Parts: sequence; structure tokens; C-alpha cells
Amino acid sequence: MTGSSRPRHLLDFHGWTPERLTALLDNADTMAQVLDRPVKKVPALQGLTVCTAFFENSTRTRVSFELAARRMSADVVSFAAGASSLSKGESLRDTVEVLTAYKVDAYVVRHHAAGAAHLVARYSGKPVINAGDGRRAHPTQALLDAYTIRQEFGTLEGKTVAIIGDVRHSRVARSNAELLPKLGARVVLCGPATLLPADLAALPGVTLTTDPREAVRGAHAVMALRLQQERMNAGYLASLQEYADHYQVNERLMREAESGAIALHPGPMNRDLEISSDVADGPRSRIVQQVENGQAVRMSVLYHLLVGRE
Amino acid sequence: MTPKATILTADEVRRAMTRIAHEIVERNKGAQNLALIGIHTRGIPLAERLAAKLSELEGVQVPTGRLDITLYRDDLSEVAHQPIIRETQVPFDLARRRVVLVDDVLYTGRTVRAALDALIDLGRPESIQLAVLVDRGHRELPIRADYVGKNLPTARTEVVKVKLSETDGVDVVELHDLESRP
Repeated sequence: MTGSSRPRHLLDFHGWTPERLTALLDNADTMAQVLDRPVKKVPALQGLTVCTAFFENSTRTRVSFELAARRMSADVVSFAAGASSLSKGESLRDTVEVLTAYKVDAYVVRHHAAGAAHLVARYSGKPVINAGDGRRAHPTQALLDAYTIRQEFGTLEGKTVAIIGDVRHSRVARSNAELLPKLGARVVLCGPATLLPADLAALPGVTLTTDPREAVRGAHAVMALRLQQERMNAGYLASLQEYADHYQVNERLMREAESGAIALHPGPMNRDLEISSDVADGPRSRIVQQVENGQAVRMSVLYHLLVGRE
Repeated sequence: MTPKATILTADEVRRAMTRIAHEIVERNKGAQNLALIGIHTRGIPLAERLAAKLSELEGVQVPTGRLDITLYRDDLSEVAHQPIIRETQVPFDLARRRVVLVDDVLYTGRTVRAALDALIDLGRPESIQLAVLVDRGHRELPIRADYVGKNLPTARTEVVKVKLSETDGVDVVELHDLESRP
């Protein structure tokens, strides 16, 4: 691996080779060991300041990133858009330039608009981690999903991952569809036709189906996506009950998957809508592990972007 | 590349490790409550060799661990490429143990400083001692080894290369010029 080929940001997975992604997941193993110790902290990022700039609410993701940065001994400054001068009309560019003048070394950006993290990267000149932008990408969620599957099966090579639900509005589904095939897995995206953008079939290693039984057949991991009910006024679904009847990830559907298949959900869950409680709380569920793994994976991402920079 | 000098042959490496094992026993009045922790990479087989010697000498199985100090380095911002993080494995309680840290070469002392920080984050040993196969000088920190296989005055333009059968297929310590490092 040469320094010149090293991505400066994690905005999506463009420019990230399978080797570098694998190294990132390998190092997450070490970070997980740190989190298991009495002293859950290492000095690797001492002296650096990470800004979590959340222009869209997400307490869980923000806390996960902030803890990850602090476990690496970075200082953390948290920027909440609602309480900022953005509400007085200041542009994103001016806001970022002010933060950069305060000597922030890296940004973690969550924004409702696709491409916002790219803008922060351009204006700040510092490493940026995309913590979710619009419907476009949520790369650290995909990485922790990949890590959780790899933890279960030892490898992603040759594994099939079925992702079921509101694919159209899901940046998690898009990032997983981009990442998992790079690591050797096959991805099946499944949902009602209205929530299944046909253009995703063009991604390598990705297939689409509206039939959930077909999607989970042979699957090693089944991921239920949150049904984004706030967007459901657009007439995508006839009714929530009908959706649940057809697309809910429940025990009946899981029986169609591989015998050792695991169930995942990026959270927050609409229980007994996109996923049944018996699966969410059952022995196949790795939903708690996903949350736990998120911190180790984010520590590894920070490490990869901030340490050893030329 | 040809080394400019062979510092220790395989036999000399073996004798140096035997001597260090004896010194450890003498200083600690036996091998009870000892632990050996090797620093990645070549400190690990050296720690395992010392454990085997201590077992021969004292009939005591001294537990061994492995320590990666990457996350504790003080020069991470200056490293050009991504350092690889390897596994830290200390599968025993450090409390009330006399720990002997083991490394192949002692140079500036920065690796040992990082190892001390890493070790103390894992527990609170009764004491920490340091064993190295070669001490080449040029310390940048007030650190010294308790057990040294070979004191070797060097120039900063030189490189001490330790090869061990476990990692390199052969036991030898060589001196190279910096430019010609293999």
C-alpha cells in the first residue's frame, strides 16, 4: 500500500481498495480489544481535534463517533446545526472555514443533503468522514455491517447478504451495495417495486428482487431496513399492514435463509413493522453487536484517516 | 545486501539468551510470579525462548504475552504510511507479577516508553524489567535495559538487523549501513 493511493476522506467507497478496506476491518479487531480492557483508551490521536458536525439529528451515530474519537485520545468538538449561525443565514462554507480556523483536524459530517460531506471536504481541506448524507451514503454503517458479518463467518468472500425494505430512501442500503461486493459478498436488494430503484442493479455483485423469499434464499445475513414512514405520504405503499405482511423480516422469512443466517438492522427499528420482535430479540439477531462494533470500526476509520499522513 | 559485520552468530544468540535467563533467575531469586512479554515482532520469539530456558532452569512455566505498541507511538503523525496494528495478547493478570519486557534491539528508547504505557494500561504489575538482545545506544529517553545480550556501539548511519529462526529462518545479528538495509 502506498501513501499516494491512500484516500484522504471516507465520503463513500470510491477510491477505497479491497485491501485497504480489509486492513481497516482488521484494525477494528484491535480497537475492539481496546474496548474490552479496563482502560478503554489509547493515545494514538492525542493532540488532534475532531469536530462532529451534525446538520441532521442522530444522537446514536454522533455518540458513537465521539466516543470513538475520545477512546483514541482526540479532543472532540460537537457542532449542532440548530444552535449555530446557520440558523442566522451563514453558509455551510463560512461555518466550515470558521471551524477550520479553530484548528479542527478532522470532520465527521451528517447532513440531510447528498454531497454535503464533499463540500465540507473541499472547504476545510481536512479529512472528512461522511456520517450520512441524504439518501446517498453512510459508509461507516456499511463498514460496521461488514465487520459484524465477517465476525460471524470469518470472511465476506462468497457470502450472500439480503437487504430488505425501503431501499429507495436508504443510504445504508446504497453504501452496503457498494461495499460488500468489494469484499467478495453478493448483495440482494429487496423491497416493493416503488421502493426499489432499478438503477442499483447496475452495481457489480448486486441483484434486485421484489420477492423477499427469493431474496433470503441462500442468504447468510438478512438486513431489515427502517421503513422511513415520514416519507410514506408520497404513495409508495398502499398500507403499512400490507407492507408488513409481505416484507417484514420475521421467523417465517428467516427459515428460508441459510441455517446459520444472522439478522441485522441499522436502527432505529420500527418493531413489528419491518422486523418482528422475535427476530430482533432472537438468537439470530446481531443488532446489539452492530451497535457495539460501530465504535471499534469508527476508531479504525479515524485511525486510518488521521494517522501516518504524509 | 551483504552485512558490513556479523555481530552475533546463532551460537552466540543462544548463549546470550541463556545468560539473560540466568540473570533473570538470579535477580528475581527464581522464576515465581514472573511474566515475559515480547514486543512485536522479534521480541515475541525471544520472550518465548526465555520462557523455555526458565522452564529448564527452574521447572516453572512462566507465562508469555505479546505486545503491539503501534497505538502508543509518539511519532504517529510523522509516519509516512499506515502502520499495521498487530495483536496484543496478555492472557493473564498482570497484578503482582514481575514482568520482563523483551525486545530485540534497544535504540532510542521510544519503543520501550510506548511499551511501558501500553503495559500499564493493561494492568498494574509489581515491577517491569527490560531484556534486549542488543543495546546499540543513542538513547533519546532515560531508559536502560536490565538484561543485555550484547552492548554494541553504533553510528546512527548504521542499522542493526536481528534475524531469528522463527521469523527469518536463521539466527544472526548483523550490522548494515543504513542505505544498504536489506
